[in-house]
Amino acid sequence: MSQNRSTLGGPIVRQALKESVLKLDPRVMVRNPVMFVVEIGFAVTLLLAVVPDAFGGGTPAWFNVVVAAILLVTLLFANFAEALAEGRGKAQADSLKRSKRDVVAFRESGSAGLKEVPASELRKGDVVRVEAGQWIPGDGEVIEGLASVDESAITGESAPVIKEAGGDFSSVTGGTKVLSDSIRVRMTSDPGESFLDRMIALVEGAKRQKTPNEIALSTVLTSLTLIFLMVVASLPFLGGFLGVKLEVPVLIALLVCLIPTTIGGLLSAIGIAGMDRVTQFNVIAMSGKAVEAAGDINTIILDKTGTITYGNRMASEFVSVGGWSETAVAEWALAGSVKDETPEGRSVVELARKMGLSADPALAEGGEWIEFRAETRMSGLDLADGRCVRKGSVDAVKTWARQKGGDVPSDLDAKSDRIASAGGTPLAVAVDEKIVGLIYLKDTVKPGMKERFEQMRQMGIRTIMCTGDNPLTAQTIAREAGVDDFIAESRPEDKIAVIKREQAQGKLVAMTGDGTNDAPALAQADVGIAMNSGTTAAKEAANMVDLDSDPSKIIEVVAIGKQLLMTRGALTTFSIANDVAKYFAIIPAMFMAAIPQMDVLNIMRLDSPMSAILSALIFNAIVIPLLIPLAMKGVAYKPQGSAALLRRNLLVYGLGGVIVPFAGIKLIDLAVMWMV
Amino acid sequence: MMAGLSIAITLLLVLLLAKPAGLYLYRAYSLEPTGLDRVFGPAERLIYRLGGIRPGSQSWKAYAAALIVSNGVMLLLVYAVFRTQAYLPLNPSGIANMEPRLAFNTTISFMTNTNLQHYSGESGLSYLSQMIAIVFMMFVSPATGLCAAMAFMRGLAGKPMGHFFVDLVRSITRVLLPIAFVLALVFVALGVPQTLEPSAAAQTLEGGEQTIARGPVASLLAIKELGNNGGGHMGVNSAHPFENPDAISNLLQMLLMLLVPTALPFAYGKLVGNPKQGRVLFVSMALLFVVMLGVSLTAEQEANPAIAALGYDSGQGSMEGKETRFGVPQSALYSVVTTASETGAVNSMHDSFTPLGGMVPLMNMMLNTVFGGSGVGLMNVLLYALMAVFLSGLMVGRTPEFLGKKLEGREMKLIALTLLVQPALILLPTAAALYAYPDTISNPGYHGLTQALYEFTSSAANNGSGFEGLGDNTPFWNLSTGIVMYLGRYVSIITLLAVAGSLAAKKAVPETIGTFRTDSATFGAVFLGTVLIVGALTYFPSLVLGPIAEQLTLKP
Repeated sequence: MSQNRSTLGGPIVRQALKESVLKLDPRVMVRNPVMFVVEIGFAVTLLLAVVPDAFGGGTPAWFNVVVAAILLVTLLFANFAEALAEGRGKAQADSLKRSKRDVVAFRESGSAGLKEVPASELRKGDVVRVEAGQWIPGDGEVIEGLASVDESAITGESAPVIKEAGGDFSSVTGGTKVLSDSIRVRMTSDPGESFLDRMIALVEGAKRQKTPNEIALSTVLTSLTLIFLMVVASLPFLGGFLGVKLEVPVLIALLVCLIPTTIGGLLSAIGIAGMDRVTQFNVIAMSGKAVEAAGDINTIILDKTGTITYGNRMASEFVSVGGWSETAVAEWALAGSVKDETPEGRSVVELARKMGLSADPALAEGGEWIEFRAETRMSGLDLADGRCVRKGSVDAVKTWARQKGGDVPSDLDAKSDRIASAGGTPLAVAVDEKIVGLIYLKDTVKPGMKERFEQMRQMGIRTIMCTGDNPLTAQTIAREAGVDDFIAESRPEDKIAVIKREQAQGKLVAMTGDGTNDAPALAQADVGIAMNSGTTAAKEAANMVDLDSDPSKIIEVVAIGKQLLMTRGALTTFSIANDVAKYFAIIPAMFMAAIPQMDVLNIMRLDSPMSAILSALIFNAIVIPLLIPLAMKGVAYKPQGSAALLRRNLLVYGLGGVIVPFAGIKLIDLAVMWMV
Repeated sequence: MMAGLSIAITLLLVLLLAKPAGLYLYRAYSLEPTGLDRVFGPAERLIYRLGGIRPGSQSWKAYAAALIVSNGVMLLLVYAVFRTQAYLPLNPSGIANMEPRLAFNTTISFMTNTNLQHYSGESGLSYLSQMIAIVFMMFVSPATGLCAAMAFMRGLAGKPMGHFFVDLVRSITRVLLPIAFVLALVFVALGVPQTLEPSAAAQTLEGGEQTIARGPVASLLAIKELGNNGGGHMGVNSAHPFENPDAISNLLQMLLMLLVPTALPFAYGKLVGNPKQGRVLFVSMALLFVVMLGVSLTAEQEANPAIAALGYDSGQGSMEGKETRFGVPQSALYSVVTTASETGAVNSMHDSFTPLGGMVPLMNMMLNTVFGGSGVGLMNVLLYALMAVFLSGLMVGRTPEFLGKKLEGREMKLIALTLLVQPALILLPTAAALYAYPDTISNPGYHGLTQALYEFTSSAANNGSGFEGLGDNTPFWNLSTGIVMYLGRYVSIITLLAVAGSLAAKKAVPETIGTFRTDSATFGAVFLGTVLIVGALTYFPSLVLGPIAEQLTLKP
């Protein structure tokens, strides 16, 4: 899906234009009360455009035509915003559908051996065999074998992943392709209910339901619409008492300007675009509710390994023992690692290089590389001159040196204990019988994590690190990464306990996980993000799935959730603040004919009553498409405390919402006059 | 100069009293035992025993039901007294039974703390009706408002809602009765009559006969102002020398009107455990008050240009309809105070104010958030605060929270419904009256429109002051304002108690740096913006066609 990131292309816009006309259907429109009122207004003015004196009115037919046209355009703009947001989702769904091809499956059927059936006939529990080059027919668990699988259709990631029976890498997704070897897979879903099917349904918006906050906001918008309906409905009677006749199209124009059409027209687009931003981020949210909840998160639980740290240990220091120099340790460690392709080995070379050492090619020349083996727990190099360099676990190297007839330096144990107690892993380095020193291997915090946790803190979010390490190691990493709290030696059930404890304090908790034993915690968390590489159980339990399997993305997901809520709030505030200027445009215009002194209230000095009304109405319409990019992209968001955020947004969208329409309406009025 | 000083002194006294009174209110309604129990406990326990009240906490539904039903019973009781006062004792002036529709209106009017009077006090009610029915309701209706506010605030604070009858008894024993008792005596000392003698007959200098109405005025006066009731013993209310003899009584009345409404924000701050929460609301409302007062004073000081053109010296400002013993400043101040506190007592004729001077009381009642009446005023203020939190709280990127509780669909449905009530009760009946009963409105044009608008606004906001000039003792006005007063009072009490009940049941979200703060100056600005844009703009068109058009078309 990553190839569909820039999806504002021509076909989507064309489709959205078509959709915005189809959505004029009153049966669709009635679901959005604000815009439905506009549609009724449109119907009435359309009638007046044809029969100008249907209500004994005195406005010229051309005016009624123009008002009707602007109302229609207002409706189309709002529909277009929604259709555009939906269209982007549909484009993604289409690309997913392409990967859902009709696949042939080889089902095991008892004694009959393999039987060829269409994938659509597979049921939960069926076992199939998939060979290299074949497509996996549906979601399932590998029950036998190991294979590399190309999951690019789902994740957009081209590097193949290894899937094997048992453990946390056993789940496979339908629509992905086996590249090598062969596996036996037990199906875990019926046709139409697979992960792919659900993802298609989700991004297509077929299952889109209004989120809790959207429902609450819609209620308030409906209430405001009703209030302004009463305001406008009472006006003809007030005017009647004064002998001031108010024209129906003018009343409709006032009503449409006052009701919150801007946010009413953009509300669903904001919600869809929010989910879409998550999707573009290669995270599939199972519901809009989950995205919204992400904005409310108070606590994030992060696994140490793979999220905060690289998980593999890197050389960070050379420690000499027995009177050797540090440089000597570095040199021998380097010699023992030149042919080492493991991450640890490469990190030793890297560290030595930083110290200004480089491997002597002559050393490696003719030498024999000794691979690390579980029995020996050492690796190294046998030099051409007969000397043997070894590095490995302290115990193994000690035994090896003693066997060679050497002594163990007296300070070795103390120094290796110091490394272990600081959370590191000591590797001993020996040349023949002489132990020269230690390599201090340390779990390294990913760059930028500390800053991100600091940002989290500024947003008021607490981070908790979970790790299987002992408390000392955990504390070291926690301090280095700057997380707020940690749980050492944590077992899966500890995570649930932490989540429940936080939730009992009214907090919302987010976490990531991939293993089957993470599933209960993922289900318990308010926002649970499962890694796509994880087990089916984890994915089932979570309310989001990260296709890239990058656990640190949870931080961005929280930011997207916040941005979604902020965008909604900002546009609501803007929409309501606009009313001030619209009042000052239309109210004096309405009464000017009967009460000329009303001109005092015409503070924008608009040219004529009719141009004032039309300008306000035109402003009301064009502000919707002008704000579509903002609704889609979301308002600018920088992690900071609520006070600063609020002040900034109030200034931009609150005060701006009061001022901008004054300028906009005046400009439109000038333009209208210039054209006439 | 002296006028400015006297206004400054009045406002300073209000300011000085507000906080201690607020803390007293907090203690008086505390769910925990306090030192006040030693003073009031014995009497209260006796009342609980007699009434079969078992103190404890009620659910919001039980609390609201107790409030509605008990008020309903009182309504029936008082209606019966009005309808049969001719047969009952203490009727030395021989006043007849009240006509059913007028009795309907009057009963609701006093039960809802409105005190809209479509009758004239001295000639429409017997002494028994004045003392038993009117004064009784003048105690229980503000007491009811205070109960509702206390339960609402407790709910917001996440505490138990309390017990309606306990709160009702405490409202009277701890707040209203002691203060009213002392102030009644003070008013007697200032020359306000307190007698059961019938109207006095006097021989005027011209040799004519004059009937001078009197009665138990002082006792009514104290609770009229303290309870934000506003219904006068005399038809002309506190403009009558017996109901407001001099500057001192005038000052005392204004202090009494503002005492409870200005104290409540402080009680609220204390109750929710953060004094700043209350202070922000107090300061915001005080700002609105000062702006309103400024407009009113300016408008009234400027004489009517049409009269100035006739060559009259109007150095004193617009004195039409004002008492010379109060003058323009004290009349304008009184009009702002009585409508800000939704009391409805008057010491001058609001109908005779300049158009903009008359618009200020009208706007105070439309906003209903410039302090507001006993208890219900603060509830309305908090309604707007909740709305402000919901609209702009999203802008910090979280589901809006108020005092740690999330505002979600259920609360917003109730709040949205509550917001609808006030405009529906003001705009729709005004439109109906102007369309169907134009002949009951004494003035044509803009002023006539304002009269009708004022009457329904005053009813919906439970203020009770009148713009006068209406043929208001007619079936249409009696029934329509009766219904408007009832709905204006009880719908929002029920819905807001439901909001509090719903919020109280939620788990509090801990406050972090990411939380939208409701105790900051920024929030004060958001609150005022919401009041002005959501509240005031609703009434802008009707104000334009009423007082604003009238002002613009004044001919010099």
